[in-house]
Amino acid sequence: MCLAVPARVEALHEFDQATVEVGGVRSKVSLAFVDGVEVGDYVIVHVGHAITRLDVEEAEKSLALFRELAEKIGADPNALYPGLS
Amino acid sequence: MRYIQGFRDGDAARALSRLIAEEADTGRDYHLMEFCGGHTHAVFRHGIPDLLPGNIKLIHGPGCPVCVLPVARLDLAIELADRENIILASYGDMLRVPASRRDSLLNARSRGRDVRVVQSAVEALELAQQHPDHQVVLFAIGFETTTPPTALAIQQAAALDLPNFSVYCNHVLTPSAIQAILDSPEVRELGQVRVDGFLGPSHVSTIIGSAPYEFFAEEYQRPVVIAGFEPLDVLASIRMLVRQLNEGRAEVENQFTRGVTRGGNEKAKNMVAEVFELRPEFAWRGLGTVPYSGLRIKQQYQRFDAEKRFGLVAKDVRENKACQCPAVIRGVKKPTDCEIFGTVCTPRNPIGSCMVSDEGACAAYYRYRRYADDVSTADEHR
Repeated sequence: MCLAVPARVEALHEFDQATVEVGGVRSKVSLAFVDGVEVGDYVIVHVGHAITRLDVEEAEKSLALFRELAEKIGADPNALYPGLS
Repeated sequence: MRYIQGFRDGDAARALSRLIAEEADTGRDYHLMEFCGGHTHAVFRHGIPDLLPGNIKLIHGPGCPVCVLPVARLDLAIELADRENIILASYGDMLRVPASRRDSLLNARSRGRDVRVVQSAVEALELAQQHPDHQVVLFAIGFETTTPPTALAIQQAAALDLPNFSVYCNHVLTPSAIQAILDSPEVRELGQVRVDGFLGPSHVSTIIGSAPYEFFAEEYQRPVVIAGFEPLDVLASIRMLVRQLNEGRAEVENQFTRGVTRGGNEKAKNMVAEVFELRPEFAWRGLGTVPYSGLRIKQQYQRFDAEKRFGLVAKDVRENKACQCPAVIRGVKKPTDCEIFGTVCTPRNPIGSCMVSDEGACAAYYRYRRYADDVSTADEHR
Protein backbone atom coordinates (compact mmCIF):
# COMPACT_ATOMS: atom_id res chain seq x y z
CA MET A 1 0.00 0.00 0.00
CA CYS A 2 2.72 2.47 0.94
CA LEU A 3 4.57 1.74 -2.26
CA ALA A 4 5.87 4.95 -3.78
CA VAL A 5 8.21 5.69 -6.66
CA PRO A 6 10.53 8.57 -7.47
CA ALA A 7 9.43 10.28 -10.69
CA ARG A 8 10.61 13.25 -12.71
CA VAL A 9 8.22 16.13 -13.30
CA GLU A 10 7.78 16.72 -17.04
CA ALA A 11 5.00 19.28 -17.22
CA LEU A 12 2.88 21.33 -14.85
CA HIS A 13 -0.87 21.77 -15.31
CA GLU A 14 -3.57 23.79 -13.61
CA PHE A 15 -5.17 22.72 -10.31
CA ASP A 16 -1.88 21.41 -8.84
CA GLN A 17 -1.65 18.66 -11.46
CA ALA A 18 1.52 17.51 -13.18
CA THR A 19 2.74 14.93 -15.66
CA VAL A 20 5.55 12.79 -14.28
CA GLU A 21 7.74 10.19 -15.90
CA VAL A 22 9.48 7.12 -14.55
CA GLY A 23 11.22 4.61 -16.81
CA GLY A 24 9.32 5.83 -19.87
CA VAL A 25 5.93 5.58 -18.18
CA ARG A 26 4.03 8.84 -17.89
CA SER A 27 1.18 9.60 -15.58
CA LYS A 28 -0.74 12.47 -14.19
CA VAL A 29 -0.31 13.16 -10.48
CA SER A 30 -1.42 15.73 -7.97
CA LEU A 31 1.07 18.15 -6.45
CA ALA A 32 -1.32 19.30 -3.72
CA PHE A 33 1.08 18.28 -0.92
CA VAL A 34 4.29 19.82 -2.23
CA ASP A 35 4.87 23.48 -2.92
CA GLY A 36 7.01 25.13 -5.57
CA VAL A 37 7.72 22.09 -7.74
CA GLU A 38 9.22 22.90 -11.13
CA VAL A 39 9.72 20.94 -14.32
CA GLY A 40 12.79 18.73 -13.95
CA ASP A 41 12.33 18.25 -10.20
CA TYR A 42 11.88 14.78 -8.75
CA VAL A 43 8.95 13.86 -6.53
CA ILE A 44 8.00 10.65 -4.73
CA VAL A 45 4.59 9.49 -5.96
CA HIS A 46 2.03 7.42 -4.05
CA VAL A 47 -1.57 6.68 -5.14
CA GLY A 48 -1.55 9.49 -7.68
CA HIS A 49 -0.11 12.11 -5.37
CA ALA A 50 3.38 13.47 -4.88
CA ILE A 51 3.93 12.94 -1.16
CA THR A 52 7.26 14.71 -1.01
CA ARG A 53 9.98 16.16 -3.13
CA LEU A 54 12.98 13.94 -3.77
CA ASP A 55 16.03 15.77 -2.49
CA VAL A 56 18.35 15.24 -5.44
CA GLU A 57 21.38 16.54 -3.59
CA GLU A 58 20.89 14.00 -0.77
CA ALA A 59 20.16 11.22 -3.27
CA GLU A 60 23.40 11.99 -5.13
CA LYS A 61 25.30 12.00 -1.84
CA SER A 62 23.96 8.52 -0.99
CA LEU A 63 24.72 7.26 -4.50
CA ALA A 64 28.28 8.60 -4.33
CA LEU A 65 28.78 6.84 -1.01
CA PHE A 66 27.49 3.56 -2.43
CA ARG A 67 29.68 3.96 -5.52
CA GLU A 68 32.72 4.48 -3.35
CA LEU A 69 31.93 1.32 -1.39
CA ALA A 70 31.36 -0.56 -4.63
CA GLU A 71 34.73 0.48 -6.04
CA LYS A 72 36.74 0.06 -2.87
CA ILE A 73 35.33 -3.21 -1.63
CA GLY A 74 32.50 -4.55 -3.75
CA ALA A 75 34.46 -5.02 -6.98
CA ASP A 76 36.49 -7.72 -5.25
CA PRO A 77 34.73 -11.02 -6.00
CA ASN A 78 35.69 -12.23 -2.53
CA ALA A 79 34.01 -9.26 -0.95
CA LEU A 80 31.06 -11.27 0.32
CA TYR A 81 31.66 -12.31 3.84
CA PRO A 82 33.30 -15.74 4.09
CA GLY A 83 30.19 -17.54 5.22
CA LEU A 84 28.65 -16.99 1.81
CA SER A 85 31.35 -18.32 -0.47
CA MET B 1 15.17 5.47 -13.16
CA ARG B 2 18.48 6.80 -11.86
CA TYR B 3 17.00 7.06 -8.38
CA ILE B 4 15.72 3.49 -8.49
CA GLN B 5 18.39 1.49 -10.33
CA GLY B 6 21.20 3.43 -8.66
CA PHE B 7 20.19 1.94 -5.33
CA ARG B 8 20.29 -1.63 -6.61
CA ASP B 9 23.97 -1.89 -7.53
CA GLY B 10 25.37 -5.39 -6.97
CA ASP B 11 28.94 -4.35 -6.15
CA ALA B 12 27.79 -1.90 -3.51
CA ALA B 13 25.50 -4.57 -2.03
CA ARG B 14 28.44 -6.96 -1.85
CA ALA B 15 30.50 -4.29 -0.09
CA LEU B 16 27.74 -3.58 2.43
CA SER B 17 27.24 -7.29 3.03
CA ARG B 18 30.88 -7.59 3.93
CA LEU B 19 30.90 -4.53 6.15
CA ILE B 20 27.84 -5.77 8.03
CA ALA B 21 29.48 -9.15 8.57
CA GLU B 22 32.64 -7.48 9.85
CA GLU B 23 30.80 -5.20 12.22
CA ALA B 24 28.27 -7.67 13.57
CA ASP B 25 29.43 -9.08 16.89
CA THR B 26 29.53 -12.87 16.57
CA GLY B 27 28.91 -13.15 20.30
CA ARG B 28 25.33 -11.91 20.07
CA ASP B 29 22.20 -11.97 17.93
CA TYR B 30 20.53 -9.01 16.31
CA HIS B 31 16.75 -9.20 16.05
CA LEU B 32 15.63 -6.43 13.74
CA MET B 33 12.00 -5.83 12.85
CA GLU B 34 11.19 -4.34 9.50
CA PHE B 35 7.91 -2.72 10.34
CA CYS B 36 6.66 -2.24 6.83
CA GLY B 37 5.37 -4.98 4.54
CA GLY B 38 7.00 -3.15 1.64
CA HIS B 39 10.32 -3.81 3.33
CA THR B 40 9.45 -7.48 3.85
CA HIS B 41 8.93 -7.86 0.11
CA ALA B 42 12.03 -5.82 -0.77
CA VAL B 43 14.07 -7.98 1.61
CA PHE B 44 13.01 -11.23 -0.04
CA ARG B 45 12.83 -9.98 -3.59
CA HIS B 46 16.47 -8.94 -3.45
CA GLY B 47 17.64 -11.92 -1.42
CA ILE B 48 18.82 -9.81 1.48
CA PRO B 49 18.59 -12.56 4.16
CA ASP B 50 21.26 -14.42 2.19
CA LEU B 51 23.57 -11.42 2.35
CA LEU B 52 23.45 -11.26 6.13
CA PRO B 53 25.37 -13.28 8.68
CA GLY B 54 23.28 -15.83 10.55
CA ASN B 55 23.12 -13.85 13.75
CA ILE B 56 21.17 -11.00 12.13
CA LYS B 57 17.53 -12.02 12.08
CA LEU B 58 14.82 -10.06 10.34
CA ILE B 59 11.39 -10.14 11.97
CA HIS B 60 8.45 -9.13 9.85
CA GLY B 61 6.20 -6.45 11.28
CA PRO B 62 2.55 -5.50 10.89
CA GLY B 63 3.02 -2.69 8.36
CA CYS B 64 0.53 -3.97 5.81
CA PRO B 65 -2.82 -2.17 5.95
CA VAL B 66 -4.59 -4.94 4.07
CA CYS B 67 -3.30 -7.55 6.53
CA VAL B 68 -4.19 -5.68 9.71
CA LEU B 69 -7.73 -4.73 8.71
CA PRO B 70 -10.06 -6.88 10.81
CA VAL B 71 -12.52 -9.08 8.97
CA ALA B 72 -15.43 -7.25 10.62
CA ARG B 73 -14.43 -4.02 8.86
CA LEU B 74 -14.13 -5.78 5.51
CA ASP B 75 -17.53 -7.39 6.06
CA LEU B 76 -19.00 -3.91 6.38
CA ALA B 77 -17.46 -2.88 3.06
CA ILE B 78 -19.07 -5.90 1.42
CA GLU B 79 -22.36 -5.11 3.15
CA LEU B 80 -22.14 -1.64 1.61
CA ALA B 81 -21.39 -3.01 -1.84
CA ASP B 82 -24.41 -5.30 -1.52
CA ARG B 83 -26.79 -2.40 -0.98
CA GLU B 84 -28.74 -0.99 -3.89
CA ASN B 85 -27.44 1.98 -5.79
CA ILE B 86 -23.95 1.99 -4.33
CA ILE B 87 -20.64 2.07 -6.17
CA LEU B 88 -17.86 0.93 -3.88
CA ALA B 89 -14.48 2.30 -4.92
CA SER B 90 -11.53 0.38 -3.49
CA TYR B 91 -7.80 0.12 -3.91
CA GLY B 92 -7.05 -3.08 -5.80
CA ASP B 93 -5.33 -4.76 -2.84
CA MET B 94 -8.60 -5.27 -0.98
CA LEU B 95 -10.61 -7.09 -3.63
CA ARG B 96 -9.38 -10.62 -3.04
CA VAL B 97 -9.08 -10.46 0.74
CA PRO B 98 -11.25 -13.19 2.29
CA ALA B 99 -14.07 -11.92 4.48
CA SER B 100 -16.58 -13.87 6.56
CA ARG B 101 -18.01 -17.02 4.98
CA ARG B 102 -15.30 -16.89 2.31
CA ASP B 103 -16.90 -13.87 0.73
CA SER B 104 -14.82 -11.06 -0.81
CA LEU B 105 -15.31 -7.84 -2.71
CA LEU B 106 -14.43 -9.75 -5.84
CA ASN B 107 -17.25 -12.19 -5.09
CA ALA B 108 -19.56 -9.24 -4.54
CA ARG B 109 -18.63 -7.99 -7.96
CA SER B 110 -19.26 -11.39 -9.53
CA ARG B 111 -22.78 -11.37 -8.11
CA GLY B 112 -23.40 -8.13 -9.94
CA ARG B 113 -22.41 -5.54 -7.37
CA ASP B 114 -20.64 -2.41 -8.50
CA VAL B 115 -17.14 -2.61 -7.02
CA ARG B 116 -14.57 -0.48 -8.83
CA VAL B 117 -10.81 -0.47 -8.50
CA VAL B 118 -9.33 3.00 -8.17
CA GLN B 119 -5.69 3.97 -8.02
CA SER B 120 -6.28 7.19 -6.18
CA ALA B 121 -8.92 8.80 -4.01
CA VAL B 122 -9.51 11.42 -6.70
CA GLU B 123 -10.74 8.73 -9.08
CA ALA B 124 -13.49 7.91 -6.59
CA LEU B 125 -14.41 11.56 -6.54
CA GLU B 126 -14.61 11.58 -10.34
CA LEU B 127 -16.84 8.49 -10.23
CA ALA B 128 -19.22 10.39 -7.98
CA GLN B 129 -19.33 13.27 -10.44
CA GLN B 130 -19.95 10.89 -13.35
CA HIS B 131 -22.71 8.98 -11.55
CA PRO B 132 -24.90 11.55 -9.81
CA ASP B 133 -27.68 8.97 -9.42
CA HIS B 134 -25.44 6.58 -7.42
CA GLN B 135 -23.83 6.80 -4.02
CA VAL B 136 -20.06 6.42 -4.40
CA VAL B 137 -18.20 5.18 -1.31
CA LEU B 138 -14.41 5.18 -1.14
CA PHE B 139 -13.14 2.21 0.89
CA ALA B 140 -10.19 4.05 2.40
CA ILE B 141 -7.44 1.98 3.99
CA GLY B 142 -3.78 2.64 4.62
CA PHE B 143 -1.17 4.11 6.89
CA GLU B 144 -0.07 7.74 7.00
CA THR B 145 1.21 7.65 3.41
CA THR B 146 -2.26 7.03 2.03
CA THR B 147 -4.22 9.25 4.42
CA PRO B 148 -3.45 12.70 2.93
CA PRO B 149 -4.95 11.85 -0.48
CA THR B 150 -8.15 10.74 1.29
CA ALA B 151 -8.22 14.00 3.26
CA LEU B 152 -7.78 15.94 0.04
CA ALA B 153 -10.64 14.05 -1.63
CA ILE B 154 -12.96 14.84 1.29
CA GLN B 155 -12.01 18.51 1.16
CA GLN B 156 -12.62 18.61 -2.56
CA ALA B 157 -15.98 16.88 -2.12
CA ALA B 158 -16.87 19.55 0.44
CA ALA B 159 -15.79 22.32 -1.93
CA LEU B 160 -17.90 20.80 -4.72
CA ASP B 161 -20.70 20.04 -2.26
CA LEU B 162 -20.98 16.53 -3.70
CA PRO B 163 -24.04 14.86 -2.17
CA ASN B 164 -23.25 11.35 -3.41
CA PHE B 165 -19.64 10.89 -2.24
CA SER B 166 -18.55 9.44 1.09
CA VAL B 167 -15.58 7.69 2.66
CA TYR B 168 -15.49 4.48 4.68
CA CYS B 169 -12.45 5.39 6.74
CA ASN B 170 -10.03 2.69 7.95
CA HIS B 171 -6.84 4.72 8.14
CA VAL B 172 -4.41 3.60 10.82
CA LEU B 173 -1.28 4.95 12.47
CA THR B 174 2.23 3.55 12.42
CA PRO B 175 3.55 4.75 15.80
CA SER B 176 0.59 3.21 17.66
CA ALA B 177 1.23 -0.12 15.98
CA ILE B 178 4.91 -0.08 16.91
CA GLN B 179 3.98 0.71 20.47
CA ALA B 180 1.40 -2.08 20.51
CA ILE B 181 4.13 -4.53 19.48
CA LEU B 182 6.54 -3.26 22.12
CA ASP B 183 3.79 -3.47 24.74
CA SER B 184 2.55 -6.89 23.64
CA PRO B 185 2.94 -9.72 26.15
CA GLU B 186 5.00 -11.70 23.62
CA VAL B 187 7.67 -9.02 23.66
CA ARG B 188 7.44 -7.84 27.25
CA GLU B 189 6.89 -10.97 29.27
CA LEU B 190 6.88 -14.18 27.33
CA GLY B 191 10.04 -13.42 25.42
CA GLN B 192 8.59 -15.12 22.33
CA VAL B 193 9.51 -12.19 20.18
CA ARG B 194 12.69 -10.31 20.61
CA VAL B 195 13.00 -6.98 18.84
CA ASP B 196 16.30 -5.16 19.30
CA GLY B 197 15.71 -2.44 16.76
CA PHE B 198 13.43 -1.26 13.97
CA LEU B 199 13.80 -0.55 10.30
CA GLY B 200 11.37 2.35 10.04
CA PRO B 201 9.13 2.90 7.01
CA SER B 202 10.44 5.69 4.82
CA HIS B 203 7.32 6.47 2.81
CA VAL B 204 5.15 6.83 5.90
CA SER B 205 7.88 9.02 7.33
CA THR B 206 7.94 11.37 4.34
CA ILE B 207 4.60 12.50 5.79
CA ILE B 208 5.01 12.15 9.59
CA GLY B 209 8.76 12.80 9.71
CA SER B 210 11.27 11.00 11.90
CA ALA B 211 10.30 12.80 15.11
CA PRO B 212 7.40 10.46 16.13
CA TYR B 213 9.85 7.57 16.54
CA GLU B 214 12.00 9.41 19.05
CA PHE B 215 9.60 8.34 21.79
CA PHE B 216 10.21 4.61 21.19
CA ALA B 217 13.92 4.99 20.87
CA GLU B 218 14.02 6.80 24.18
CA GLU B 219 11.25 5.11 26.16
CA TYR B 220 11.81 1.53 25.03
CA GLN B 221 15.53 1.87 24.32
CA ARG B 222 15.23 0.51 20.79
CA PRO B 223 17.11 2.11 17.91
CA VAL B 224 15.10 3.07 14.83
CA VAL B 225 16.56 3.67 11.38
CA ILE B 226 14.22 5.13 8.77
CA ALA B 227 15.09 3.00 5.75
CA GLY B 228 14.49 3.40 2.03
CA PHE B 229 12.95 0.54 0.06
CA GLU B 230 15.73 -0.26 -2.39
CA PRO B 231 18.14 -3.07 -1.48
CA LEU B 232 21.13 -0.79 -0.82
CA ASP B 233 18.94 1.34 1.43
CA VAL B 234 17.92 -1.72 3.43
CA LEU B 235 21.47 -3.02 3.75
CA ALA B 236 22.86 0.38 4.73
CA SER B 237 20.11 0.73 7.34
CA ILE B 238 20.83 -2.71 8.79
CA ARG B 239 24.45 -1.64 9.14
CA MET B 240 23.37 1.52 10.95
CA LEU B 241 21.23 -0.55 13.36
CA VAL B 242 24.09 -2.97 14.01
CA ARG B 243 26.35 -0.04 14.81
CA GLN B 244 23.86 1.52 17.19
CA LEU B 245 23.37 -1.78 19.00
CA ASN B 246 27.12 -2.37 19.20
CA GLU B 247 27.63 1.05 20.69
CA GLY B 248 24.67 0.72 23.06
CA ARG B 249 22.82 3.62 21.46
CA ALA B 250 19.06 3.81 20.92
CA GLU B 251 18.47 6.74 18.60
CA VAL B 252 16.40 7.61 15.58
CA GLU B 253 18.58 7.77 12.50
CA ASN B 254 17.48 8.56 9.00
CA GLN B 255 18.94 6.61 6.11
CA PHE B 256 16.35 7.91 3.63
CA THR B 257 17.69 11.45 3.70
CA ARG B 258 16.52 11.98 0.13
CA GLY B 259 12.88 12.04 1.18
CA VAL B 260 12.47 12.20 4.96
CA THR B 261 13.00 15.13 7.30
CA ARG B 262 12.49 15.33 11.05
CA GLY B 263 9.25 17.27 10.70
CA GLY B 264 7.79 15.52 7.66
CA ASN B 265 5.37 17.07 5.21
CA GLU B 266 3.65 19.89 7.12
CA LYS B 267 1.18 20.63 4.35
CA ALA B 268 -0.03 17.04 4.19
CA LYS B 269 -0.10 16.72 7.98
CA ASN B 270 -2.21 19.86 8.30
CA MET B 271 -4.67 18.60 5.73
CA VAL B 272 -5.03 15.31 7.60
CA ALA B 273 -5.49 17.16 10.91
CA GLU B 274 -8.17 19.33 9.32
CA VAL B 275 -10.30 16.38 8.19
CA PHE B 276 -9.52 13.50 10.59
CA GLU B 277 -9.36 12.95 14.31
CA LEU B 278 -8.17 10.05 16.45
CA ARG B 279 -10.54 7.22 17.23
CA PRO B 280 -10.35 6.35 20.93
CA GLU B 281 -9.54 2.83 19.79
CA PHE B 282 -9.38 0.74 16.66
CA ALA B 283 -9.30 -3.03 16.27
CA TRP B 284 -6.39 -4.51 14.33
CA ARG B 285 -6.10 -8.02 13.10
CA GLY B 286 -3.27 -9.58 15.08
CA LEU B 287 -2.72 -6.72 17.49
CA GLY B 288 -6.23 -6.55 18.91
CA THR B 289 -7.76 -3.28 20.06
CA VAL B 290 -5.13 -0.55 20.10
CA PRO B 291 -5.94 2.81 21.73
CA TYR B 292 -5.69 5.90 19.54
CA SER B 293 -4.44 3.91 16.58
CA GLY B 294 -6.97 4.80 13.90
CA LEU B 295 -8.54 7.87 12.35
CA ARG B 296 -12.14 8.89 11.81
CA ILE B 297 -13.72 11.77 9.96
CA LYS B 298 -14.25 14.92 12.04
CA GLN B 299 -17.70 16.21 12.92
CA GLN B 300 -17.27 19.09 10.51
CA TYR B 301 -17.00 16.67 7.55
CA GLN B 302 -19.27 13.97 8.90
CA ARG B 303 -21.67 14.21 5.98
CA PHE B 304 -18.92 12.44 4.02
CA ASP B 305 -18.57 9.66 6.61
CA ALA B 306 -19.99 6.48 5.10
CA GLU B 307 -20.30 4.85 8.53
CA LYS B 308 -22.72 7.58 9.59
CA ARG B 309 -24.46 8.01 6.25
CA PHE B 310 -25.29 4.33 5.94
CA GLY B 311 -25.49 3.47 9.65
CA LEU B 312 -22.83 0.78 9.53
CA VAL B 313 -22.55 -1.37 12.64
CA ALA B 314 -19.84 -4.00 13.00
CA LYS B 315 -20.88 -7.57 13.69
CA ASP B 316 -18.96 -10.30 15.42
CA VAL B 317 -17.09 -12.63 13.13
CA ARG B 318 -15.35 -15.90 13.46
CA GLU B 319 -11.98 -16.07 11.78
CA ASN B 320 -10.65 -19.20 10.19
CA LYS B 321 -9.00 -21.06 13.05
CA ALA B 322 -6.24 -22.61 10.97
CA CYS B 323 -5.08 -19.25 9.65
CA GLN B 324 -2.09 -17.92 11.56
CA CYS B 325 -2.24 -14.38 10.18
CA PRO B 326 -2.65 -12.75 13.59
CA ALA B 327 0.51 -14.41 14.93
CA VAL B 328 2.38 -13.67 11.70
CA ILE B 329 1.42 -10.00 11.95
CA ARG B 330 2.78 -9.80 15.49
CA GLY B 331 6.03 -11.43 14.42
CA VAL B 332 5.37 -14.40 16.72
CA LYS B 333 5.19 -16.91 13.89
CA LYS B 334 6.70 -17.17 10.48
CA PRO B 335 4.44 -17.88 7.52
CA THR B 336 6.03 -21.31 7.14
CA ASP B 337 4.96 -22.15 10.71
CA CYS B 338 1.34 -22.07 9.53
CA GLU B 339 -0.09 -25.47 8.70
CA ILE B 340 -2.06 -24.27 5.72
CA PHE B 341 0.73 -22.14 4.23
CA GLY B 342 1.31 -23.00 0.59
CA THR B 343 -1.13 -25.91 0.69
CA VAL B 344 -4.67 -24.81 1.44
CA CYS B 345 -3.70 -21.13 1.49
CA THR B 346 -2.01 -19.80 -1.63
CA PRO B 347 -2.12 -16.45 -3.41
CA ARG B 348 -4.68 -17.87 -5.86
CA ASN B 349 -6.85 -19.21 -3.08
CA PRO B 350 -5.96 -17.15 -0.01
CA ILE B 351 -7.40 -17.97 3.40
CA GLY B 352 -5.75 -15.11 5.25
CA SER B 353 -5.02 -11.52 4.34
CA CYS B 354 -1.24 -11.96 4.66
CA MET B 355 -1.34 -14.24 1.62
CA VAL B 356 -3.31 -11.76 -0.47
CA SER B 357 -1.53 -8.50 -0.12
CA ASP B 358 1.59 -7.56 -2.00
CA GLU B 359 2.90 -6.49 1.36
CA GLY B 360 1.87 -9.54 3.35
CA ALA B 361 4.60 -11.71 4.83
CA CYS B 362 2.94 -14.95 3.65
CA ALA B 363 2.77 -13.67 0.08
CA ALA B 364 6.46 -12.72 0.26
CA TYR B 365 7.42 -16.17 1.55
CA TYR B 366 5.26 -17.87 -1.04
CA ARG B 367 6.65 -15.87 -3.90
CA TYR B 368 10.31 -15.79 -3.02
CA ARG B 369 11.16 -18.41 -0.41
CA ARG B 370 8.69 -21.23 -0.81
CA TYR B 371 11.46 -23.65 -1.78
CA ALA B 372 14.24 -22.06 0.26
CA ASP B 373 16.05 -24.24 2.71
CA ASP B 374 15.35 -21.85 5.50
CA VAL B 375 16.90 -23.69 8.41
CA SER B 376 19.09 -20.82 9.57
CA THR B 377 16.18 -18.47 10.02
CA ALA B 378 13.48 -21.00 10.83
CA ASP B 379 14.49 -21.41 14.43
CA GLU B 380 14.88 -17.77 15.23
CA HIS B 381 11.92 -16.68 17.26
CA ARG B 382 10.15 -19.75 18.42
